[in-house]
Amino acid sequence: MTATSVRGTGTPSGRQRAVTERAERTIRRRRVRSSLMVGLMYVAAALAILPLLLIVIHLIRLGATSVNWAFFTQMQRPPGEGGGGMANAIVGTLIIIAIASGVGLPVGIGAGLYLAEKRVTMLATTVRFLADVLNGLPSIVMGIFAWELLVKPVRHFSALAGGIALGAMMVPMVTRTTEEMVRLVPISLREAALALGYSRWRTALSIVLRTALGGIVTGALVAMARIAGETAPLLFTALGNQFWSTALRGPIAALPLQIFNYAISPYDEWHAQAWAGALVLVGIVFVISLAARVATRRRFGAGD
Amino acid sequence: MTEVLARDAAHEATGPAPTRTSRSWTEIGSEIGDRVYSWSITGFASLVPILVLLIFVAVGVAAWPALRLFGVSFLTSSDWDPVAGHFGAAPAIYGTIVSSMLALLVAAPLALGVAVFLSEFAPVWLRQPVAFAVDLLAAVPSVIYGLWGIFVLIPILREYVMPFLRDTLHLGVLPLFSGPAYGSSMLAAGLILAIMCLPYISAVTREVLLAVPRSQREAALALGATRWEVIRDAVIPYARSGIIGGVMLGLGRALGETMAVTMLIGNRHEIAASLFAPGYTMASLIANEFSEATGDLHLSALMAVGFVLLLVTFAVNALARWLVWQTARER
Repeated sequence: MTATSVRGTGTPSGRQRAVTERAERTIRRRRVRSSLMVGLMYVAAALAILPLLLIVIHLIRLGATSVNWAFFTQMQRPPGEGGGGMANAIVGTLIIIAIASGVGLPVGIGAGLYLAEKRVTMLATTVRFLADVLNGLPSIVMGIFAWELLVKPVRHFSALAGGIALGAMMVPMVTRTTEEMVRLVPISLREAALALGYSRWRTALSIVLRTALGGIVTGALVAMARIAGETAPLLFTALGNQFWSTALRGPIAALPLQIFNYAISPYDEWHAQAWAGALVLVGIVFVISLAARVATRRRFGAGD
Repeated sequence: MTEVLARDAAHEATGPAPTRTSRSWTEIGSEIGDRVYSWSITGFASLVPILVLLIFVAVGVAAWPALRLFGVSFLTSSDWDPVAGHFGAAPAIYGTIVSSMLALLVAAPLALGVAVFLSEFAPVWLRQPVAFAVDLLAAVPSVIYGLWGIFVLIPILREYVMPFLRDTLHLGVLPLFSGPAYGSSMLAAGLILAIMCLPYISAVTREVLLAVPRSQREAALALGATRWEVIRDAVIPYARSGIIGGVMLGLGRALGETMAVTMLIGNRHEIAASLFAPGYTMASLIANEFSEATGDLHLSALMAVGFVLLLVTFAVNALARWLVWQTARER
């Protein structure tokens, strides 16, 4: 019996029934739509993870076959010969990461301390805002900036320029995590140190910074993991090098650059090397991230 | 007085035997230490604005010759001829906008879905792994996305997706999906960008959704709303500006992304209507031509492209941050 026919007869009980029936139908429709949408969310989550799974599968399948002892110990070979490795690029990447950390960590941690200590000054608000904005600036812009300032005046590419460009990218990330971590240190700890007659700077460095150290180390490692794979800022600064070089003032090889050059080359052997390089690069990033996790856990372990 | 005694006691425990002069020396020392500390952290903090300023000035100055010579036509002309000395960046600007929009079109709904899933629906045991996996997407270096795109995504697009869209679905009648199916294309770049900016959008969105008060959800549930209605009518409207901010952050990423796009977009200086045709973006134009720039003007033109990119991403990021902050402050 449909709602309209009931309305015609007009018996009170019938009208009542019609109303409940209609309400039930609406509820059913809303429930169906709700389940449908919840299902869609599940699909969205699955779709978002799919690319990651595919990338990992391809990395392992295509990369593992070319990762061997020679890959870590030998240099690149011309196409056609096969074999060879990326020893120079792996070392180059580590050197560049070291330079970047040397530049980025002190500045980032110092600026983070400032933000945590002087929360409301004009400079603090500006720095906080600019750090966030800087974090989102395209890495290629950092590349041409470093080229203009560090490569053009001295007329040659250098590992130093590449490292400084990446270090500048680390600064905003390290600044923000340091600020957050230092803020987590209880104020009572700081007050206790001051009450014991510690000077402000000793309180800050040996009490506050030390307590927050685990978190800061985590932040630093996360920043290092992020710049380890950066390619664009190195294109015009470190440039890449097909020979063994650890000179800071000369062009240096880097894993991401090598992967890029091999990937766009027409040679199958080089493609295989590119996959192997990618697997190793992901491995490096993964190890650094893992270290970051361990640092976090230790901090929380100590806090309990 | 007791304060001084306490300080002396503390000093006695660590330092040399205190005499009257040594105490005053430590006092002077700590004062100097405080001042040095305060100055140095202020100095480090000031480096951040200085760095931003330096970036703008250095790139701006280098871009000036080209910008002065070509004026507005630099943005509107499609003529990019290093030999003749004519430079117009319109195709790169067009490509940047189209590829980023394509990326957002795909990534924004997906990211919103993932964020809602993680904050509202997912069973507890699934939350951590899924959130971790999505975060991992952001940790993969962009050159690896490019590599994967060249050898996995492009063949799939060329063999299956493009013919399917054009012929099976008959979308070929639209200029957007017409023409030969090149592998390297705007579509490939847009899709890889979608994958790359998804984790950023979903991370911010999730944070914003978690900031929505419980009472908001409970009130909607008490009124008889279904789970979906709670999301649609109570949670999302509350978090709207933060979500928009997250999407804008994703846009900022997509606009400036370089390596993966350079490897997939085909790098052709031309405005093509079809998504199947190769194109160029501002970032990939710089990456491709910078090291082979033939003269000062060419270099300056590339710097000018960088400057435009810098201004656009700066504006997008600033707006995004402002929107996210706005929501966070309401918390």
